[in-house]
Amino acid sequence: MFGYILRRLLQAIPVFFGTTFLIYFMVFAMPGDPVVALFGQHGVNEAVAAQLRAQYHLDQPFIIQYFIYIGGIFRGDFGVSFSGQPVSEILLSTFPVTLRLATIALFLEMVLGITIGLISGLRKGKLFDSSTLVVSLILISLPIFVIAFVAQLVIGINLGWVRPTVSGTAPWNELILPGIVLATVSVAYIIRLTRESVIETRGQDFVRTAYSKGLTSGRIVRVHILRNSLIPVVTFLAVDFGVLMVGATVTEGIFNIPGVGRTLYQAIIRGEGPTVVSFVTVMVIIYLVVNLLTDLLYAALDPRIRYGK
Amino acid sequence: MSIATPTSAVTPGSGARSAITPLLEIRGLKVEFSTQRDSVTAVDGIDLTLMPGQTLAIVGESGSGKSTLAHSIINLLPGTGAITAGSILFDGQDLTTISEKELQGIRGRDIGFVPQDPMSNLNPVWSVGFQVEESVRANGVAVGRKEIRAKAIEVLRKAGLDDADARMRQFPHQFSGGMRQRVLIGMALSASPKLLIADEPTSALDVTVQRTILDYLDSLTRDSGTAVVLITHDLGLAAERAEQLVVMYRGKVVEAGPSLEILRNPLHPYTQRLVAAAPSLASRRLTAAAKGVESTLTSPVVAVPATAAAFDLAAIADRPRAGIAENTALQNNALADNAIVVDGLTKVYSIRGRGFKTVPFTAVDNVSFSIARGTTMALVGESGSGKSTVAKMLLGLEKLTSGRIEIDGADTGELSPKELFNLRRRMQPVFQDPYGSLDPLRNIENTIAEPLDTHRVGTKAERRKRVYELLDQVSLPRAIATRYPNELSGGQRQRVAVARALALKPAIVILDEAVSALDVLVQAQILQLLHELQTELSLTYLFITHDLAVVRVIADNVAVMNKGRIVEAATTSEVFENPKQEYTKRLLDAIPGANIRLGA
Amino acid sequence: MANSSNHYVAPLDETPLAEVDSVNISAQASNLWLDAWRDMRGRPMFYISGFIIILVALVALFPGWFTQVPPNNDCLLVNSNGAPITGHPLGFTKQGCDVYSRIIHGTSTSLSVGIIVTILTAGLGVLFGAFAGFYGRWLDAILSRVGDIFFAIPYILAAVVIMSVFSSYRNIIIISLAIGLFAWPSTARVLRAEILRVKNADFVMASTAIGVSRFKILMRHVLPNSIAPVIVITTLSLAAAIVAEATLSFLGVGLPTSFMSWGNDISQAQSDLRNAPQTLIYPSLALTITALSFIMMGEVIRNALDPKARARR
Repeated sequence: MFGYILRRLLQAIPVFFGTTFLIYFMVFAMPGDPVVALFGQHGVNEAVAAQLRAQYHLDQPFIIQYFIYIGGIFRGDFGVSFSGQPVSEILLSTFPVTLRLATIALFLEMVLGITIGLISGLRKGKLFDSSTLVVSLILISLPIFVIAFVAQLVIGINLGWVRPTVSGTAPWNELILPGIVLATVSVAYIIRLTRESVIETRGQDFVRTAYSKGLTSGRIVRVHILRNSLIPVVTFLAVDFGVLMVGATVTEGIFNIPGVGRTLYQAIIRGEGPTVVSFVTVMVIIYLVVNLLTDLLYAALDPRIRYGK
Repeated sequence: MSIATPTSAVTPGSGARSAITPLLEIRGLKVEFSTQRDSVTAVDGIDLTLMPGQTLAIVGESGSGKSTLAHSIINLLPGTGAITAGSILFDGQDLTTISEKELQGIRGRDIGFVPQDPMSNLNPVWSVGFQVEESVRANGVAVGRKEIRAKAIEVLRKAGLDDADARMRQFPHQFSGGMRQRVLIGMALSASPKLLIADEPTSALDVTVQRTILDYLDSLTRDSGTAVVLITHDLGLAAERAEQLVVMYRGKVVEAGPSLEILRNPLHPYTQRLVAAAPSLASRRLTAAAKGVESTLTSPVVAVPATAAAFDLAAIADRPRAGIAENTALQNNALADNAIVVDGLTKVYSIRGRGFKTVPFTAVDNVSFSIARGTTMALVGESGSGKSTVAKMLLGLEKLTSGRIEIDGADTGELSPKELFNLRRRMQPVFQDPYGSLDPLRNIENTIAEPLDTHRVGTKAERRKRVYELLDQVSLPRAIATRYPNELSGGQRQRVAVARALALKPAIVILDEAVSALDVLVQAQILQLLHELQTELSLTYLFITHDLAVVRVIADNVAVMNKGRIVEAATTSEVFENPKQEYTKRLLDAIPGANIRLGA
Repeated sequence: MANSSNHYVAPLDETPLAEVDSVNISAQASNLWLDAWRDMRGRPMFYISGFIIILVALVALFPGWFTQVPPNNDCLLVNSNGAPITGHPLGFTKQGCDVYSRIIHGTSTSLSVGIIVTILTAGLGVLFGAFAGFYGRWLDAILSRVGDIFFAIPYILAAVVIMSVFSSYRNIIIISLAIGLFAWPSTARVLRAEILRVKNADFVMASTAIGVSRFKILMRHVLPNSIAPVIVITTLSLAAAIVAEATLSFLGVGLPTSFMSWGNDISQAQSDLRNAPQTLIYPSLALTITALSFIMMGEVIRNALDPKARARR
């Protein structure tokens, strides 16, 4: 177990430096004045530009610039936003909102995805299974912003069940609809994955042996089929987190939820390059951490990993 | 449908019980698997009877329906399989009509089940203790956490795991195959069922492990008076372990009765074929013949009409052999006549240890042997003995750590890449897995022609001609050339693999478990083919196998490997009749059927 | 015989003996691709998605076959957000342009991006996956870490950064590169895993023993036998790329508004969601149906190619 964790940590180090370097490279290896380019058609904000030049030590050689920038990240300095506010400050105020939204979405995803996927897998080829398949394929094809708009239009505006946009404090109950929207795409993936996994596990020899021991079907499903089927689903959660972050950006933007996503959304819409880069960097780092945590969860679920093969 | 009532199994010696009603009575059982279009009958009107405490073996090849029959008893049929006719009376209750809930009560408690492959039959994510306890709890053997745990430990200890207490918390992947099978047997017997169904319980295990496991199974069921239905493909094993034998062929019973009687006097032509082709029995017959014992068994088998027995394995073994083969001393003097000389061959792998350390592991340890031209040497060993690594090093698929290999007098270590490439024409392999050794996306012609293409032999037309010639040689119709591997059976694929190996007219063929995965009849057929090809093309064989029984019929010389070393090397007859090493004796003893007394 | 009363023998005619291991020449030809093709042709989903894909391709190549109304010219502000009238079945956009015509003419943009991204991801994925999986050791270590790095940046976020930086150079090629450069690692991972499985097959060993070169073994035996899941992913990535392009346009970092694309139309319609939902719904529908058809096709191919799934049926 210890060796496994250590290996994972060691593997994450080059990936951390690689990703930050890549982002840095994309932005600052551009021809012309990178700072000016970042502002796009927006017109240069000289105050921010000066601040950026200082922050990225643009008079230094490229690689030195990168390490100075990395040093800042380690101190929690992700730069300043377009309005001159430190990104870390914005993060602190917006993160709790996004966390609430993500919790709702993840909860729905896990509960609905695994339950429906399990039933579907156990009833392979039956009506429930085939209708689930059709619905999930449609959900997968729907871009999240379309789902968000339709939900806003139908439930928020036409039916008037909820406020079409979320109020400033973003209370839990107003986040339910955006949470559902955010969960839809991933829930379809989790249903499909759980279903596949359940069907595969159900055909395993050890399941037949469990029946031969005289166990009840309920116990076999809970203890043997479900537990084993969850392993690939957990590994998928890490990948899914990337989809969730992009989804949160779109959802928070459309429902006007004052979270990290909306900040990024507005920065993108307004073409505020420096803020975009800072927030993407933060998200990538969160993503890396989540991936590491998933690896640990994976080890907890699968003893073959835990004890090293 | 049969009118006769087969297997009225009255065990000799259990006269006191003979008045008791049968424990299991199957009548007219039919099992079908439905596919999208039609249905396939896997078990077609089977009758059988089993008395309490009796052991009955069901023997058949793959596809005979024997496993389906076993699974249908406790309704564990996979997928679309279903019982469509007949009855299964167990202890007076018809298992085909009772509810799933009632069946749950019978499974584990009254009928135990030991599956085939120990590697896949324990759930990898739960500890072994958890899985045993679960079984104990479900069958009401013990109540209360402490009692259940104590009972679980007892179950494991009874199954032969000495450190059961500590082992409870371990996971299946930390157990060897043999230990896992002990756990499975322990679980199946934990509730002292009246009947145990064992579906090829040891075919995935090494012979010596197989023997100990079967001995355990024997003693445990004898102690508790449990009746056993033993499913196996091995006639020798069946006869050794069961008093009653049922031979299945294409979903039907073709012959049933007392084991020894069936072996001595097989009446159905199919059984006669099986008896003639079973390597373990052939070995026994050879041994008996060699010792000059006039066996009552040999005569009727040899007298089997030619139409019934496709070939008799013992006949292959009785072929005239090259004089030099029997004389190892001469072999060593006449070095020039050796096709292969291996000297001090060693392979050390570094495997990952704890954390980041690597640990050296010696897979092959100072192995030396030589094979005279035109003869067959068998390299025998159990899994992990290093025998396949030797083959890979010979074939240049693995680098040597030290030692040298001489092929036709040339030291392979000193050859240039070009010369090595040319050397490959002299030596070709046939691998074990008939399903893995042919590229599924290339047709048979391309597969057989690949060596010719690679070595740029002849024109396109000439290559095609050669492919046809090779197909004729391995007795496959030419029409097969445009076919793909998954249209062929295992035996046919192995023929294709042999044809590919012979394409470049090599002098040496390395057969790495080449017949191990095949059914006995097909196995005998391929052995026959190999024998004919050797005579015809004066080939040198290195025959790598775990199966000593097969060795007896094909090899001139034998080298026995254990833990990377050759522990004994001699002529085949010496090894079989006068084994010097304890390990060799154990291997010989473990051949299923080795204990059957043939000359009654 | 001593015990003949217990010794049962089936009548011979009941189970006639077959020849051992005889060859069935009349059997249907069968290998992975033939079987998959046969399987696909038996599924209605194959025909439905195939029909839509062909239709979308035709619309992209020959928009003139489907509409005579110019998408950009002849836009009258009088018609702004107008309801459907004869000749304009889906109504008008805010600028008064014909919605239907814009959808028809925007098809080629979406499809081009989809195809370029797919070629890019499949190409990079196969290159990295095949070499990492087949040659292993240090090459695998390096290629896999590079893959990890690209994998760690969700491709839409990466594309957002790239498109922000290249704000003055936005075109179909740049947006395709922006999406594709970070989308390939999943293809590479899947292929690598598959190659690791296939390269240990006995037929690879047999070819090595024959003397076939490593590279030839990779191209002739290993790659063809491991490519199936890549084909499935590729079909799905076409759908994902089309959606990604629209998402980027929605975020305002997609193609310039001078390009007609579904994403741009959706993006511009969002402010009029309340009073003219049709300007948003119809391009979204076109987008979703196209994506769905590729996803359905991927599903059909996956079922047909996955021997495990087939065995389970």
